[in-house]
Amino acid sequence: MMDSVSSSSATVADKSVKRMQICRAEYRVIGRFVEQLRPTRQCMKTLQTQFPHLPPSTLLSIFSQEYQKRMKRSMARHHAPDVIKEYYQRYRSEAKTRPAAPLLLELANQVDLSPALLARLIVECFLEERQASVGASRHVLNNMLREPYLIPDLLLAKHVEQCTVNDCCYGPLVDCIKHAIGLEHEDLLRDKLRETHLSFLDENQLRAKGYDKTPDIILEVPIAVDGHIVHWIESKASFGDDHSHHTYLNEQFWSYCNSLTQVPVPAVKLAVIGCCRSLGSKYGFPSKVANLTRAQNWNIA
Amino acid sequence: MAALLESLLLSKVELSEAVLWLRGQHVCESQNFPFKFSKEEFVPFLLNFLRDQSSQTLTHGPTTPAKTPSTSRSVRTQDFSDRRGNKSTPIQTSRSASRVQLFSPAPSVSPVSGRGEQETPFTGSHCLSGVSALSSPSFSSAWSPAPRNTPSERRSAQRPSLGDFMTSPPEAQQHRGRRRSGGFGGCASGRQTGPRGAVSEEGVRWDGGGRRSRGVGRIEPVSPPTQVQLNFNNLEDFPPVGAAQSPPVATKPSRRINPTPVSAERPNSKPKSCFISTPLSLPASPPAIPESAGAKLTAGSPHSLQEERELLRKERSKLAQQTSSPLKTTPVICTPTKTVHRQGSKVTPDPQSPCPDPNKVTQKSELDLLAELYCTCISENLVPCVFLELFFVLQLLTSHGVSVSESGEEAISFCEDSPDVLEKAYLGNVHNCVYFSVRVLENQFELVSHLDKCTLRLLSENERVGTFSSSLKDHLAQAQENCTAKVLPSPPMFVHSVPFQPATDNRSNFSSDRAFHTFKKQRDVFYGFLREWEDSHKEPGWDFEAALGSRVRMMVSQLTAAGSHSHFARLFQKQLIQMCKGPCVLGSSSDAPDADLLGMLGADSLGRLKRLQQRLVQPQGLIGPCPPPSFPGHQEFFKCFLQTASCCQLNQHLKDGLCQQLLKLDEVSILGPDASPARGEETGDGDMEQQDEKQRFSSVLLTARLLAKFLGFISFLPYQTSELPSRDIQDTAITLRSKSSPVLDVCAVLRSSVHRRRTILTVPWIVEFLSMLDHIGPLLPFYRTALCLLLQIYKRMLLGRGGELCYMNQLLMVAVLGWLFQIPIFPEDLFFSTDPKEEVKELENITSSQGLDTLPLVDQQLLYTCCPYLGEFRKLLAAFVAGSTSKSGGLIRKITPTSAELRGPSTSRSQQKLQVDLEQAFFHNQPPSLRRTVEFVAERVGSNCVKHIKATLVLELVKGGEKTLRDSLGLEGVNTAKLNDSICAQLCDAGMQALETATRFCSENAPGAVRVLLPLETSPSVLTTAESITTRLATEKACSWLSANITTLLKREWKSAFGRVMKSVPSSVSLDAEEGEGSSRSQQVQKSTSGLSAGSSCVSDCTHKVPLGSEVMIEIKEVLSVAVGPRSEEEAYTVHQIESLLYRVGQTLGCRKLLSPVVEQMLLRCTVQLACKLVSGELPLVSSAEGNKRPALLEKFLVLWSRTPSPPLHLLLSEPTLTAIFSATDSEKTDYLFLIRQLIERGLLGEEEVGTNWPKLSALSWPEESVEKFQQLSLATQFPLPSLPNHRDILQVSQ
Repeated sequence: MMDSVSSSSATVADKSVKRMQICRAEYRVIGRFVEQLRPTRQCMKTLQTQFPHLPPSTLLSIFSQEYQKRMKRSMARHHAPDVIKEYYQRYRSEAKTRPAAPLLLELANQVDLSPALLARLIVECFLEERQASVGASRHVLNNMLREPYLIPDLLLAKHVEQCTVNDCCYGPLVDCIKHAIGLEHEDLLRDKLRETHLSFLDENQLRAKGYDKTPDIILEVPIAVDGHIVHWIESKASFGDDHSHHTYLNEQFWSYCNSLTQVPVPAVKLAVIGCCRSLGSKYGFPSKVANLTRAQNWNIA
Repeated sequence: MAALLESLLLSKVELSEAVLWLRGQHVCESQNFPFKFSKEEFVPFLLNFLRDQSSQTLTHGPTTPAKTPSTSRSVRTQDFSDRRGNKSTPIQTSRSASRVQLFSPAPSVSPVSGRGEQETPFTGSHCLSGVSALSSPSFSSAWSPAPRNTPSERRSAQRPSLGDFMTSPPEAQQHRGRRRSGGFGGCASGRQTGPRGAVSEEGVRWDGGGRRSRGVGRIEPVSPPTQVQLNFNNLEDFPPVGAAQSPPVATKPSRRINPTPVSAERPNSKPKSCFISTPLSLPASPPAIPESAGAKLTAGSPHSLQEERELLRKERSKLAQQTSSPLKTTPVICTPTKTVHRQGSKVTPDPQSPCPDPNKVTQKSELDLLAELYCTCISENLVPCVFLELFFVLQLLTSHGVSVSESGEEAISFCEDSPDVLEKAYLGNVHNCVYFSVRVLENQFELVSHLDKCTLRLLSENERVGTFSSSLKDHLAQAQENCTAKVLPSPPMFVHSVPFQPATDNRSNFSSDRAFHTFKKQRDVFYGFLREWEDSHKEPGWDFEAALGSRVRMMVSQLTAAGSHSHFARLFQKQLIQMCKGPCVLGSSSDAPDADLLGMLGADSLGRLKRLQQRLVQPQGLIGPCPPPSFPGHQEFFKCFLQTASCCQLNQHLKDGLCQQLLKLDEVSILGPDASPARGEETGDGDMEQQDEKQRFSSVLLTARLLAKFLGFISFLPYQTSELPSRDIQDTAITLRSKSSPVLDVCAVLRSSVHRRRTILTVPWIVEFLSMLDHIGPLLPFYRTALCLLLQIYKRMLLGRGGELCYMNQLLMVAVLGWLFQIPIFPEDLFFSTDPKEEVKELENITSSQGLDTLPLVDQQLLYTCCPYLGEFRKLLAAFVAGSTSKSGGLIRKITPTSAELRGPSTSRSQQKLQVDLEQAFFHNQPPSLRRTVEFVAERVGSNCVKHIKATLVLELVKGGEKTLRDSLGLEGVNTAKLNDSICAQLCDAGMQALETATRFCSENAPGAVRVLLPLETSPSVLTTAESITTRLATEKACSWLSANITTLLKREWKSAFGRVMKSVPSSVSLDAEEGEGSSRSQQVQKSTSGLSAGSSCVSDCTHKVPLGSEVMIEIKEVLSVAVGPRSEEEAYTVHQIESLLYRVGQTLGCRKLLSPVVEQMLLRCTVQLACKLVSGELPLVSSAEGNKRPALLEKFLVLWSRTPSPPLHLLLSEPTLTAIFSATDSEKTDYLFLIRQLIERGLLGEEEVGTNWPKLSALSWPEESVEKFQQLSLATQFPLPSLPNHRDILQVSQ
């Protein structure tokens, strides 16, 4: 089913992208390769040289997803109180001896924890130390990570900044980039839909109507893609691997089905960064859609 | 009773007299008719007589193959007081388990017997077998008068007959009812037991309806039989004619006719038991039963229960061997079974079983007489379930009877010689059975012809029918031709979810955000359960409670915490209707067309196909036409869910919702084609309309039935017990429960529906509701009254003679009522009791001349949908053809009814009564479609009008208010709260013009819409009238809604608009408070707000082809990460690279299409950070030959920032930046100061802000040297110094 999907509808910014569908075998190769990588720009370069035929954005997305899985797995290990204390002590002692070195970054790479996450832990410890009674509020903590200059300790501020700027999977900057990518792709989707003269309601319109959980797009007139009726579209600006597909399915899509639709899973999930073949998602906008009123096909690729 | 039948058979009484009497047209005291008992007493007797008569032919007496049934019967003529003891041998008992009593009415409840029964040691115990009951001497003595204290009575007690139960107290019936249902379950399980398959299947197979329990007894001999209570008071009136009402789990008691004991305390002066008197009038032939048989019986001493079971088991295995060996002819009555086709015979004929031959029929005249009587009972609705009788007749037709063996012949001849007319085996052989059956079918042809096409085909192709009555065959074939009911393929079932409806489901309907979100979550969880159930409930060993129980309860408890039961109940109800309204049986889709196909193939091919099928699939037994209530398909899920959740709040909400919906449905108006005077003129038109209304009706009916079933289920759930509670508990419960009001006033609904002639809608759902009753329920006065009412309706619902009532409507009601009267929960004493006459008058008081009952609303499809058990006929016939039980699950096709649009009553009609009357008169003379069109259009236009006003007028008003608010906010010293109120009041005043707008809208739009929808040929005046009525109705509707809601609507909209405005200008309001802070800051803030609002659109001629924010951000991030390090030596940027990056950032920020505020702020922040890194020298720049190009680069930054709203320039003054600057080179420091100065000059950075940031420097412990250096630099650039105490003054100086 996936094979019939045009693979050349690239995003505006990434015109060089030619091939977004990766067979599972290759995906597994990438998955194995990224296992030892750290989320730094140096490692991303390595990754790109290793898989030069894949667009950097796709590689980044795959890496990011794999890395997040990795972080979730090792979360408990790093978040044990004594472990955190140990990290903080290590940082503190090192900071005395060689303050100029990128200490936190090094530590993060050593223990295989995301630099931004480590920075968060350390700042938390720092704040606790300074104002033991108050306890760091989430808000204060987030602000300090976003604006390291707010951290009273200049050296720590510098190290934290190093972490958050260098980390390519976590951190405020990355969050914002992800947010931007999501919005941009939704917008692209809307453009595509407008190009094909499909009438739709987007998330904002739906929210205004009071829908609780909404997909990105609800088609006012359903279409058929490859013989499947499509009633709504959810655009995911991420690489569509098995794991993410199932997670989304469980956390989000069933809910849409439950509240919105008349037909089972009548949706298309667009994985705009790329996706594995033969998943229930589609990469890019399908080139052929059928509509109730007009049986002709549109070629929009 | 027996006397009457006897007299009839002996031609002492004219048949016509009896028929008249049965029809109620005869006075009992007439000379020719000297009998004084009531019809209610005679009918059960007759039915039992027939059952008993045929028992031999229909059943398979597997355990007592050598015994002839007549033995027990002949006993009657003998001195029973000393013989009966002998009869109660276990063998005898097991032999006659073949027939179960159907009816055991109790016209009067004897308190003595009731009490006595309680004293019986067996009361309440379901574990005692009939056998052990027999061997217990205390049994009968405990409750019957002394003369009955004989073993023979115990015997009869153990296999009660119809008459036995006529006087038994209600609890006895309850007992039996309970057991029957229990037996049903046993029946199913028995069928699946492997090695005994063949036998048990047969057993079940012929146990349709009321007789099913006996089959179970045979199948499950190990299961403990229950005790049966008898009342002998009426025994002479109801001689238990052989047929044994055995408990389902009983070992097989003798089904032979009981000797009738003489009752000492006969209440009336009725003739003594007919059995005493009959011998006198009979030919003095000796009892036909050989003494040896009797001796053999006598010899058998009562076995213990264990022994008895053992015996049964042996017998059964023996039988299994016999039936599977084709060559061995057993004297046993052989029903058509798998053995038949296993022998390889072509279709029907079983080489071993006799082929029914019209010439071999004996006692034709008596059979005719019996058939006539029987048919009268059926057509007069004197039988509790018409379809059960039909089933019985078809069973007779398909019986294989006694094989032509010596013993069979012997039995027959012996029977014929019987001295007692009632002892004769009229239905003792297959010829007679078929003859009788065909006679009845001929008589009841109209009823039969309304069965489905497939059944008709099977029937008409039944060779026996052809042999016995070719005219019936022809008629059937003809009826089959005319039968138009189609079998439609069912659409596959999906989980159709209840669509989100903003009106009820959005946030404003919930008390809090939390409740809203919890509900959302719970909804998903609920659908998760549904999916899981769908996926796995068919897997063996899957159990709802085990798999989902704890999760369901957790979910429900979360609902409780959030208090959103009402929402969930609504979802539940809607989902229930959506999934279960149709007659969908999960997984039946594959079976159903299969059955249809076979039916269409005809008997011959069917037989072959069936045999093939038999080898592939496990056959499925017949369940008879009166299965107990069940929850098929998805209903099971909902039922299990409720059971598992057992949440009283949820149940209460559901009850409320279901009640409301039910009563609403019950009131729904259906227009019939008959109501139109123009009927016949427009056949095509009428057909379509009729179809619509029919469909609407069936939709309403099916929904109501479903809801009623669940309402009943929930209502009686708290009282459900697995066993009938003891009498004491019963009494307490009755006293208790009659105090509280029932969930639904069934009686009132019923009465009103009878008065308004809407029973066709009401009765079916009330039947569903009542079928869910618990044990005590029917004993409560309230429900008893309801049941009596139904009984009266049934008895008056004579098929084909209901005057205006349509036949199919009647058929449906008769079917559902008959079913109700046969399911276990229905008190058995009720049907034949004579007392509830008082209701009749009330029911006759029909006020409405026309109602739903007179409309042809029911078609065959609906009938079969409502009563899937009618498919049993087809199964039975198909099984006969195939010689096996049919596998067909559900031929009955589903209709997919569309949900009915309920028409609400128009409001405020009273004001213009005359106008309305005129309109009514107008519609009266027009086709009903006109009225519906007008009403529909009015409804739609009115609704559209409201929507239009919401979208235009309300929106405009709110926008105007917003403008006023913004303007007023600009003024000094406004009180926002006051402003809010005044604007709101203005808006509400202005909102009143909505009514005017609505009127205009309706008068503009309604006429056109009606015109389009009405036929072109409509006369102009009619058209104009219709238009104006539509306009009026639409206006009325829209205005009444608007006048009630416009203010609320406006207030709500305004509230959100006000909030929006206040949020968008928060700083300008807070500005007022911080007046003294200085104008520079306020300038900046205002700039920022204007920047945001101005930026919400792109520059003109923007093509939106700008670099994506994400891409640019990734690039900046890269540069920044190089700047903060760690980095390698070769990682450095050229000025040009940074420049182009900045250029792209500028582009991105220039196009608003893809830019969100978050991204915009982040981008700006990144540029400022980049500038910091640049001036502090942290960003490695490739040194160029052309000298310091940094100022030029900084200029680019300045240009960018001056075009964009509020970049976080304070970062430039932050501590880390300053620290970095101090360690930077001089030229870098110069650049930094240049940048700051430029920023101040261009008004991007307030001097105030700069000033407040300088003191920070003093707090830093910098080396003296650095401070001096910086000081110098500052002086050089004429910039204030941190060390200076009064920066304000210096600022002024520097300006």
